[in-house]
Amino acid sequence: MTRLNSPEKLECARKDIVSRIDPTKPCISVCAGAGCLASGAAEVIAAFKTELDFHGLTTEVNTKGTGCPGFCERGPIVMIYPEGICYLKVKPEDVPEIVSHTIKEKKVVDRLLYEDPATGTRALRESDIPFYKNQQRNILSENIRLDSKSMDDYLAIGGYSALSKVLFQMTPEEVMGEIKKSNLRGRGGGGFPAWRKWEESRNAPDPIKYVIVNADEGDPGAFMDRALIEGNPHSILEGLIIGAYAVGAHEGFIYVRQEYPLAVENINLAIRQASERGFVGKDILGSGFDFTVKVHMGAGAFVCGESSALMTALEGRAGEPRPKYIHTAVKGVWDHPSVLNNVETWANVPQIINKGADWFTSFGTAGSTGTKIFSLVGKITNTGLVEVPMGVTLRDIITKVGGGIPGGKKFKAVQTGGPSGGCIPEAQLDLPVDFDELTKAGSMMGSGGMIVMDEDTCMVDIARYFIDFLKDESCGKCTPCREGIRQMLAVLTRITAGKGKEGDIELLEELAESMGAALCALGKSAPNPVLSTIRYFRDEYEAHIRDKKCPALSCKEMIAFHIDPAKCKACGSCFRQCPAEAIHGGKKLIHIIDQEKCTKCGTCLDVCPSRFGAVRKISGEPVPAPVPEDKRAIA
Amino acid sequence: MDISKIDQIIDKHDGEASSLIQILLDIQSEHNWLPKEALKRVSEKLQVPMSRIQHIATFYKAFSLVPKGRHQVHVCMGTACHVRGAQRVLDTVQEVTGVKSGETDSDLKFSVETVNCLGCCALGPVMEVDGKHHGNIAPSQIASVLNNCE
Repeated sequence: MTRLNSPEKLECARKDIVSRIDPTKPCISVCAGAGCLASGAAEVIAAFKTELDFHGLTTEVNTKGTGCPGFCERGPIVMIYPEGICYLKVKPEDVPEIVSHTIKEKKVVDRLLYEDPATGTRALRESDIPFYKNQQRNILSENIRLDSKSMDDYLAIGGYSALSKVLFQMTPEEVMGEIKKSNLRGRGGGGFPAWRKWEESRNAPDPIKYVIVNADEGDPGAFMDRALIEGNPHSILEGLIIGAYAVGAHEGFIYVRQEYPLAVENINLAIRQASERGFVGKDILGSGFDFTVKVHMGAGAFVCGESSALMTALEGRAGEPRPKYIHTAVKGVWDHPSVLNNVETWANVPQIINKGADWFTSFGTAGSTGTKIFSLVGKITNTGLVEVPMGVTLRDIITKVGGGIPGGKKFKAVQTGGPSGGCIPEAQLDLPVDFDELTKAGSMMGSGGMIVMDEDTCMVDIARYFIDFLKDESCGKCTPCREGIRQMLAVLTRITAGKGKEGDIELLEELAESMGAALCALGKSAPNPVLSTIRYFRDEYEAHIRDKKCPALSCKEMIAFHIDPAKCKACGSCFRQCPAEAIHGGKKLIHIIDQEKCTKCGTCLDVCPSRFGAVRKISGEPVPAPVPEDKRAIA
Repeated sequence: MDISKIDQIIDKHDGEASSLIQILLDIQSEHNWLPKEALKRVSEKLQVPMSRIQHIATFYKAFSLVPKGRHQVHVCMGTACHVRGAQRVLDTVQEVTGVKSGETDSDLKFSVETVNCLGCCALGPVMEVDGKHHGNIAPSQIASVLNNCE
């Protein structure tokens, strides 16, 4: 592969690639993102290859594994071009039909199309599906167009033109000015303006500077960065090189979690491809600008998502944070100025350069510009990645894009911001999604995890869950975080076990206050899940403490399972499947749960046929006495 | 243990002390754990004290100082899986294998671990056995999946 040593050569290469693409040639794109792979996308791709080979169509039809388009709920997703037909939940068994019907006869396989649950109408294309229709997918929309392992695909959609533009038509100051004008704020959580870090670093006198991609996406329930780095690694790399040029750095790092092996593979491949073509290395595109980049795998430590901890890890040490009186933008990796931004932040940079800051600020609110990607998960109909302009309301995201709560359940809260964020109740759903508004509501934007909870979720248990998570992830360096979290967990565990005492809520609030003294954001923000649940769901805490009742019927130690004698038809399902052998049954005998033996696993509730609905959970009241032996017979 | 393989890993990273974590990750993926002789070799070649290697090996979750079982069972405890009943999945896995989270059984058959988000929240709750995902898993299906492991 020859290095491209001028912008003209880049454009020639691009023209050449585009000219070789026949827009009328059928192409089968299968999402090869983590979610679809887990539901069998690799088998679907293999089936297409075999089937096309069988029909002798291998040269006439392209097949590619692409990045994640976001609709994980209905994966594996298959797109058929040029028609743009979108098939959902495709299984290998469906492949022969798709090839014979759609590819050969140009007919649509109706049963694989999206079906509107309310009206029953089917949607042929992505853009007709409400999940996609209500989004603004500036960044994510590129994923499905690209074979995530092909650099040519990226070049074909205009890749590296932003890099060429900054190197030959803009000074570093102009690049900085454009980013400043766009008011791009960090997508990793805090929402710190990107340009401020860049400027601080640029102005630092030290000539050795670094730029870093933070892909240590540790928030449970968040996988936006993974989808971007797996699906469109070159866009992250291009953004990083542009940042390096603006800041004056010649070396960069990409810090990726080792839990994301495909992301590690794809970004490494992208760097190799970019080096071969002269986008990375010495004298990039003949501009005289040098830049090299290394991938550093994280070894499993949530705290390494924090900037100073991440930089310590890059140096090959245990990733513990340090006080940041001096910003890492001035003294970071090996004490050199280091600009660290999140994956999504870097992915926005090439678009801002290409389309201009004015285009970027046309999306979003005055304080929070552009779009934001969320991973919408939990008790929601359409689980997946969604990209919306900042400023839309949480309600719109949950109902219009997410399709509401499944199973006719009632919405209770949405959790944003991961372990540093908070739970937002129904009454606040009209809040616009904006860095500052979410903070005011006691939560935060965070990296973009959005976990929807319904009436079956216990809010005290959710607070305990996050604090338990943070107990494992606190690095232990500073006392407020290490001890504060432990004590909070002890109190919350006590409450969820039905042993809460009067004054526990106040104790939690007091502990939360003292944790403000922690060294880094992990400890400082750790009380947020607790404080926000106390703020909006104090009644649930009180029910646990005073009435020994879990209103959501979720806390294991406060509930019991009971078979309603009037409803039990002695079908024996629960009797046979109870792993603890805690059910007394028999032919035509009302089944009874032995409360002593019951492990509260819930299997009986799951397997009791819904037409009987005999098993129920109870909390805060005594379990009714079992039916006497002589009354157990069912006529 | 083949010490020359360890040397190869160290050489691949140019023997730089700053690559310590990357070297340990490679050893971990090669052996499934960090044998003591390997760590000693790393300490000698990189001129890094054993205390620092121990610090790293115990700080990061990816490393194990004891051998792992033949089958790795990961239960996702991410928030999305949590609200969809991950705790029940974990309880059942622990019951079926007789192994607590973070531990390995004495005949090295199963290692059970919890992970915080595998990134396939649409499939929650998720159990991963030897790299294969089992999505939307109900506690009643777990025994049959695990009993298939030799």
